Amino acid sequence: MSLKMPEPDEGVIARRAEIAAALRAIVGEDNVIDSPTGLRPYESDGLTAYRQVPLLVVLPETTAQVSRILAWCSEQGIKVVPRGSGTSLSGGALPLEDAVLLGLGKFNRVLEVDYEDRLAVVQPGVTNLAITKAVEDAGFYYAPDPSSQIACSIGGNVAENSGGVHCLKYGLTTNNVLGAELVLMDGEVVRVGGRTLDASGLDLLGVVVGSEGLVGVVTEVTVRLLPKPEAARAMLIGFPSVEEAGHCVADVIASGIIPAGMEMMDRPAIHAAEAFVKVGYPLDVEALLIVELDGVAAECTHLLEEVEAIAGRHGAVGIRVSTTEEERNAFWAGRKAAFPAVGRLAPDYYCMDGTIPRRQLPRVLKRMGELSEHYGLGVANVFHAGDGNLHPLILYDANKPGELDRAEEFGNDILRLCVEVGGVLTGEHGVGVEKRDLMPEMFGEDDLKQQQRVKCAFDPDLLLNPGKVFPTLHRCAELGRMHVHHGKVPFPDIPRF
Amino acid sequence: MILRPADEQELCETVRAAASAGTRLSLEGGGSKVSMGRPVDDCRTLSLGAFSGIADYDPPELVLTAGAATPLSQIESALAENNQMLAFEPFDLAPILGGEPGVTTIGGVVASGLAGSQRLVHGGVRDHLLGFRAVSGRGDAFVAGGKVVKNVTGYDLSKLMCGSWGRLAALMEVTLKVLPRPASQATLIARDLDPRAAWASFARLLGSQAEIAAAAHFPPGTLEDHAISAVRLQGFAPSVDARAAMVERIGSAEGYRRADASVATGIWASLRDLSVLPRNPAMWRVSLPARQAPDFLEAFAPGDVRWVMDWAGGLIWLSTDRPAEMVRTAAQRCNGHAMLLRASADIRRAVPTLHTQPDALARLEERVRRAFDPASVFETGRF
Repeated sequence: MSLKMPEPDEGVIARRAEIAAALRAIVGEDNVIDSPTGLRPYESDGLTAYRQVPLLVVLPETTAQVSRILAWCSEQGIKVVPRGSGTSLSGGALPLEDAVLLGLGKFNRVLEVDYEDRLAVVQPGVTNLAITKAVEDAGFYYAPDPSSQIACSIGGNVAENSGGVHCLKYGLTTNNVLGAELVLMDGEVVRVGGRTLDASGLDLLGVVVGSEGLVGVVTEVTVRLLPKPEAARAMLIGFPSVEEAGHCVADVIASGIIPAGMEMMDRPAIHAAEAFVKVGYPLDVEALLIVELDGVAAECTHLLEEVEAIAGRHGAVGIRVSTTEEERNAFWAGRKAAFPAVGRLAPDYYCMDGTIPRRQLPRVLKRMGELSEHYGLGVANVFHAGDGNLHPLILYDANKPGELDRAEEFGNDILRLCVEVGGVLTGEHGVGVEKRDLMPEMFGEDDLKQQQRVKCAFDPDLLLNPGKVFPTLHRCAELGRMHVHHGKVPFPDIPRF
Repeated sequence: MILRPADEQELCETVRAAASAGTRLSLEGGGSKVSMGRPVDDCRTLSLGAFSGIADYDPPELVLTAGAATPLSQIESALAENNQMLAFEPFDLAPILGGEPGVTTIGGVVASGLAGSQRLVHGGVRDHLLGFRAVSGRGDAFVAGGKVVKNVTGYDLSKLMCGSWGRLAALMEVTLKVLPRPASQATLIARDLDPRAAWASFARLLGSQAEIAAAAHFPPGTLEDHAISAVRLQGFAPSVDARAAMVERIGSAEGYRRADASVATGIWASLRDLSVLPRNPAMWRVSLPARQAPDFLEAFAPGDVRWVMDWAGGLIWLSTDRPAEMVRTAAQRCNGHAMLLRASADIRRAVPTLHTQPDALARLEERVRRAFDPASVFETGRF
């Protein structure tokens, strides 16, 4: 493993028993885990290539407890790593040897549902799917639907700004939350956003969402609810080439249609998925599109015809349209099981998450094929085609010496390629530790410093989730330094951090 | 004299020089909002006029990149040519502030963060700004976000720029998500509802599958003698027709009926220029949870305020002579906040434009502002 994390503080590690006792005084005996067997399950998140047993785990149940824990850790200079359900694919919740892992799993209640103003107030440990489950009988749902929605928590979704297959039409987490209660590292509790559509001052909620657990601990979230569409229909469309599938996607959007979902799979992914779930995907095509249209029944019918006509102009073969809900779910089953399905092709796989301008798809896939040959590792592609978010799955065997390193190098090359063609390193999984050292590919030093200065405004001692997102963590005092002309700082009266 | 840097390098130098000399800079794009905020005279105006023009626009990618000083009208016509739009319905304050419409720039739209009627379901400016390039108060040029529609790389600083009122950084370039323009639309109206009944009908319709795009309510004496409640549908014609029938069915108790196109156009245009509200008293923009809009209005004696309601109740435009303190207290009691849009210079000298935040939040905000602008170059005191 080539990942370098901040040097652990031996002094803190030596104080482990004392820290456990102090935290037990806040949360009670049972809510601190410090036995080796108890800590083991927390050693990694969804990015299992990286593991580290935490110093200890604390599981608070109230905002007041979170506040006291953070205030105490802040006073003592002890690092804290927040964790929701631990499904991050970028290592956002990777523990540190000298840090307290703060689990929000006990914050698992839906506090309030307001169907008339279409919002729900939930605790951060509530799973994404549980929000929908809580409101579906009334005909509502929570729109962002990451593939891990059965397990991932809304607090984790806020930290990572999670997406899902429906986000071209319905947005990511950031577009579907209204407010949050946030505990800062010094223990201060603030509310950002609220139940209004506009923030009253700076849109701090906007920067908290997607901050990957580095600016504060979210203890309550207000989310928007949407009425469930009257109908949803899906189409399966096979194409003789990836290029034609790509042109079809562009034409669908150019014609004014924003499908609820538009997913593409390449040949290896189609074959793996079909072998795994046997839902009748065509095996003689180079690319498969799943297009989902939702809305009132009349809209679905109309748009199905439009998309079918567009697909026909791009050499589509074997168009199938779902006629029942079971059939629609079957169309999706293969795509939703694509990761485990590909997982059967090799002992391990490494999932990438770059986004590219869609017009660059043929170039990127061609280059990816060349890289696959160069590294001697297979790759299968699933792709949120509507918004250009690629998920190449690199196949490797961690037991073979050097393969993990080669897989990481291959992945890094893919992400560099995404940036080179005008795209970005991560569309929905977050930077975490995984893409941390690639940040300079996309951002210059001044860009990263500006982002880190915002981090410093929330956590000046850099105690929250260190080692994530930023390749180099500058001391906040150093970042705050101003140009000094003729020996004097401008505006000496203004407080600086 | 107005400072007019010609390019990025000059802008950086100008800001650095100002920081060093202790000069404060008031950022200006098209100047459409100069009469907003506290009048200030001890600062220099910095025009961002050099950063103008559409840099990249590929319609199927749903992304447009333009210089911050590009006139909104230029961007909207480029989008219209390709049947696309800015789905948040950019709000041009000029008609309210007494200026020329169309002068406002895309950078001004971002800095004010104000969106129109469609914000209710399509999101605000914040939901459509994908990335930007700017110069911080340190005089450093930086970028944030990206130029693709889906991106979570690094902190989402774009959100902070929306509604920052020129207090964080000088915008040079913005990248926005654009969406297809709806092929067809319909407006349905009901008459004679009071604010509470209007809100309740909006809540019922927005909770249905009719996919309402906008919902507004006008009390008697604004659009006509009767109160008017209006909902807008948009999309493909067969879908709009089916949903219009749905609204007539669900809203039958209130008598929702499809309105003529000319009536519909007038309704939504009146929410853009607010010509239905008197200009002389102070004008406020109150954002609050929709269900509390009727409570907010009941805080005033009927003759003391003139108003219209947008966002299904979540936004109230208010004209009143009542003291600022009373408006802000009423907004706060309803978990909302009030922005002072238009008022005499005397009032604007005494009353801050933006609603004051609770202490802990205000301190955090202050630290975030200093993270962009440590020497307070952009803190002119106007906002």
